[in-house]
Amino acid sequence: MPDEIKTLSSQLAQDPDSLVFLRLGELLRHKGQLDTAHRVALTGLERHPHLPDAHDLYARILADKHDYERAFDEWDMALRIAPDHVGALKGLAFLYFKVGDVQQAAAHLEAAQRVAPDDPGVAQALAMARGEGGAEAGTVAEPQPIAPAAQPMEEARVFAGLEGAQEGLLLLDASGRVLGGALKDPAGRDVTDAVAAYLAGVSQEAARTVKLLGLGKWTGLAAEGKLGHVHLAPPSSDALLLVVRDRAVPMGRLAIIAQRAALAARRWLEAHA
Amino acid sequence: MTAPAAAYGKALDLITRVRGVRGAMLVSAEDGIVVAEQLMEGIKGPALSALAASLATRLRRAMEAAGVGASVFWHLQAEQGALLVVPTPGGTLVVAVAEPDVNVGLVRLELLRAAEVVG
Repeated sequence: MPDEIKTLSSQLAQDPDSLVFLRLGELLRHKGQLDTAHRVALTGLERHPHLPDAHDLYARILADKHDYERAFDEWDMALRIAPDHVGALKGLAFLYFKVGDVQQAAAHLEAAQRVAPDDPGVAQALAMARGEGGAEAGTVAEPQPIAPAAQPMEEARVFAGLEGAQEGLLLLDASGRVLGGALKDPAGRDVTDAVAAYLAGVSQEAARTVKLLGLGKWTGLAAEGKLGHVHLAPPSSDALLLVVRDRAVPMGRLAIIAQRAALAARRWLEAHA
Repeated sequence: MTAPAAAYGKALDLITRVRGVRGAMLVSAEDGIVVAEQLMEGIKGPALSALAASLATRLRRAMEAAGVGASVFWHLQAEQGALLVVPTPGGTLVVAVAEPDVNVGLVRLELLRAAEVVG
């Protein structure tokens, strides 16, 4: 594989308009060289903005980097260009699985199966989404196209000793990657990944908003839900802390819990810098 | 949206009367477009509405995924002020920009009242 990467890199250098960037980006992604793969895909996409495979490749790399929102946009774009693009249909199905929307995931897999009836990966994922083969619909395995991403780092230790460390505290990096803690919904289901995916980019968005208003740095975001309360805080400029509690916990108390958790997170981030 | 346009101004009046509030606006949650505004000079309404709507969407999705339901009120705190938001069932965001020492409880109350008017 290293030889092939070298050969393809050389070909691409000689002919920057060549489509070998697709193969090169995919090889680099498989090798886990995500930053290099990202650069190759982005450069290729700039030269071939109407090529659905380029959007598909870029989306896979973004998904591997846990940048699910942008991955969704890229797969969506691939489908706008080529509505039958199997890779994009599978990719979107994966993202829908990830947020627990099994119905949408199955719909995309069904569309993929109509285009590629012999694809065993699609058939397998679809069977699991439908609850066949002993798997429950909500616990289906991720579909084939995306390589497993890096595992969360020593997640249990970030909030060691803090109340709710494994069901109501979450530490994320800027791209929504889980650094520590875990989250469960009121029914006890693990919703860590789904919530993390939606929170990717929130820290930057909050920072942009307060900058626009000339309010200095953002220090927290408290939200009152119909069934519970949420508090977000930035323990560092590129990390996000989430605290979730039911409505019985007053917002003020939640802010105190968040302060303690943010302190623990800050120490942990500094120790792991 | 159920209220006539004239009612929007009254809804915003409820909020801007609170001491420490620098402005208020109604924003379409779906596309981030300004519906009505009463902002102090220097606050860029269209940019603010786009960012507030985007933040509201992310927050709503995250909260629903976390099982705490749709957001009733949220409060973005910063060193020198705050953004306070109440989403309405009709898809409008009632937004207030406030000084850091504002009475958050009072603004929340007025935002909720305005949300009832806007619908």
